Amino acid sequence: MVETPGLSGYECEISNVIEEYFKPYSDDIVKDKLGNLIILKKGNTGDRKKIFLAAHMDEIGLMVKQIDEKGFIKFTNVGGIDQRTLLAQEVIVHGKVDLFGVIGNKPPHILSEEEKKKTVKMEDMLIDVGLHKEEVKEIVSVGDIISIRRKMIDLQGDRISSKALDDKAGVAVMYECIKELNKMNHDCDVYAVATVQEEVGLRGAITSTYNIFPDIGIAIDVGFASTPELTNDDLSELGKGPAMGFGANIHPKVYEGLTQIAKEYNLPYQEEIHPGETGTDAWAIQVTQSGVAAGLISIPLRYMHTSVEVVDLNDIKNAGKILANFIVSLNLVDLEEMLCY
Amino acid sequence: MLLKRLTMANGVSGNEDEVRNIIIEEIREHVDEIKTDRLGNVIAIKKGKEGFPRVMLAAHMDEVGMIVRSIDDGGFIRFSLVGGIDERILVSKQVLIGKDRIHGVIGAKAIHLQDKNERNTPLKIKQLYIDIGAKSKEEAEKLVKKGDYVAFDSEFIEFGGNLIKAKALDDRAGCGVLIDLLKEEYDVEIYGVFTVQEEIGLRGAKVAAYNADPSFAIVFEGTLCSDISEVPEHSHITKLGKGPALSLMDSYTIFSKKLNQCIHETAVENNIKIQYRQPSPGGNDAGEIHLTKEGIPCAALSVPCRYIHSPSSIMSLEDFEGCKKTAKLFLKGIKKGEYVCE
Repeated sequence: MVETPGLSGYECEISNVIEEYFKPYSDDIVKDKLGNLIILKKGNTGDRKKIFLAAHMDEIGLMVKQIDEKGFIKFTNVGGIDQRTLLAQEVIVHGKVDLFGVIGNKPPHILSEEEKKKTVKMEDMLIDVGLHKEEVKEIVSVGDIISIRRKMIDLQGDRISSKALDDKAGVAVMYECIKELNKMNHDCDVYAVATVQEEVGLRGAITSTYNIFPDIGIAIDVGFASTPELTNDDLSELGKGPAMGFGANIHPKVYEGLTQIAKEYNLPYQEEIHPGETGTDAWAIQVTQSGVAAGLISIPLRYMHTSVEVVDLNDIKNAGKILANFIVSLNLVDLEEMLCY
Repeated sequence: MLLKRLTMANGVSGNEDEVRNIIIEEIREHVDEIKTDRLGNVIAIKKGKEGFPRVMLAAHMDEVGMIVRSIDDGGFIRFSLVGGIDERILVSKQVLIGKDRIHGVIGAKAIHLQDKNERNTPLKIKQLYIDIGAKSKEEAEKLVKKGDYVAFDSEFIEFGGNLIKAKALDDRAGCGVLIDLLKEEYDVEIYGVFTVQEEIGLRGAKVAAYNADPSFAIVFEGTLCSDISEVPEHSHITKLGKGPALSLMDSYTIFSKKLNQCIHETAVENNIKIQYRQPSPGGNDAGEIHLTKEGIPCAALSVPCRYIHSPSSIMSLEDFEGCKKTAKLFLKGIKKGEYVCE
């Protein structure tokens, strides 16, 4: 999933990949008009309580702005790209055919001391696809998308590094959850939705939640994990379990239910406090129609929005288990009563 | 492909073993004598015919990279640069550490957590570290130790118009040329040298040239090429795809005019594209070679490389072949008594 390009607004290819994974474990899969991939795993009873899971399948990337007189490509960003991560980065320009390219830079030998102290601005960067202007223009058009080219690697233990773990890690949690549910008895209908356009403003969550209008909607995204330059106290840590979101965006009973289940099954979890906007699909889910009880599970992740994001696979597996057991725990629960303040 | 093997080998200055082994294996059967000196330079000799001059040919084996300084309590690895790297290219890259090639990444604080000022300030080397996924200092120390060399993890890719992308093209391109040259037969004696530690001050070449006593030397390099839109024409240094480049003057050397003329003529006569490298900063092993003993006339014939000293350098295979061909024809064309030092 992480090596398949899926830029915001251009999720078709990644959507097909995800669909293949979920097919054997689901009852129905549909795509809505914006491109959200809605995977339905039906529950046992006919009372049709609806649990909505959302993890976004889009990733940040770049877009062609101009082809210059020498055949180099000027670009802009799609989503929150840190321009400092782009120099010497490899990319794929998705023109009529995919073109390999490199984001070039001046050799250090001819840089002035002044230049070295400044960040190269994105508008001053260019992509080198190694072709003459005419050839480039034949294949590439303004508006073509550009994805970062990065192979996933295994780090020590169960840690991996890649681009786009934000939020393929979340999609993987839904996958683990649905797989678990196949072995369990659950009454609720579960809609696992791989949403589109989260990185540009939670847009997929807005439309997909509207249609389904669930009783509970839980977003699964990535959260900031602590690293040496970030303080430990308020950030979650890699490998110590998924972080359960808490704050105004999250229905307190959903938070309570998720953490209770984690304790009951002895699965590790952490807590993530959100004083306001969570910046996740949960933010959109909560205010759909007449309102939805929202939850948020974050997979701790280092170096967010770089091409070397790091996660611990155990956090993903544990999140899947907690989520599945939480859904099963709702079997005998009167949701009206549970979600009442 | 030999060039692929050469660029995928890791050989940060001071740690040229992997590259040296490939080179020795490649040239062993084609030379009369081969030895490794005290610093680690590989010296390969092909005997010539009576009355023909001795020619020194050099390419450096080392590449820029990093070295492990310390491991902190969380298992994160701090490092220093080896050779001239623009610090700004380090963020968001994969690296390989030590002989066992332990995977690591150089990350950065998420953009969401940066203030506006941070976004426009390059990260300093002291703010950067390598993450191998270890959970503690103890775990990291089992895999990585102080002094381990760190190289960029970068694939060899053929793309565009007969181009390749790889790390360490400076100077595996030159090594590739020299290996190929050593596989041919000549009338002149060839004193082939694959040097160490070029990137930290032309260290290997200094001692390798000492016993060579050649009539002249040619250095083969992957050299600066900044023919990109943001750089004005007068600072392009070389142009990609316009053939190998002959150096005129750099930070260390004024090159032999006579050698340049002869090599240039050879290329032109044989319809091989050739260009001059604009006089500009940078340097190569000639800086030491030409000042050895009473002095050695030097030329440098280089393959232009865009984005040099980064994990994603680019060169043209046509320039690479042109470099080999020009050098080969030039060496074969040297006549008895020509260039012999009195």
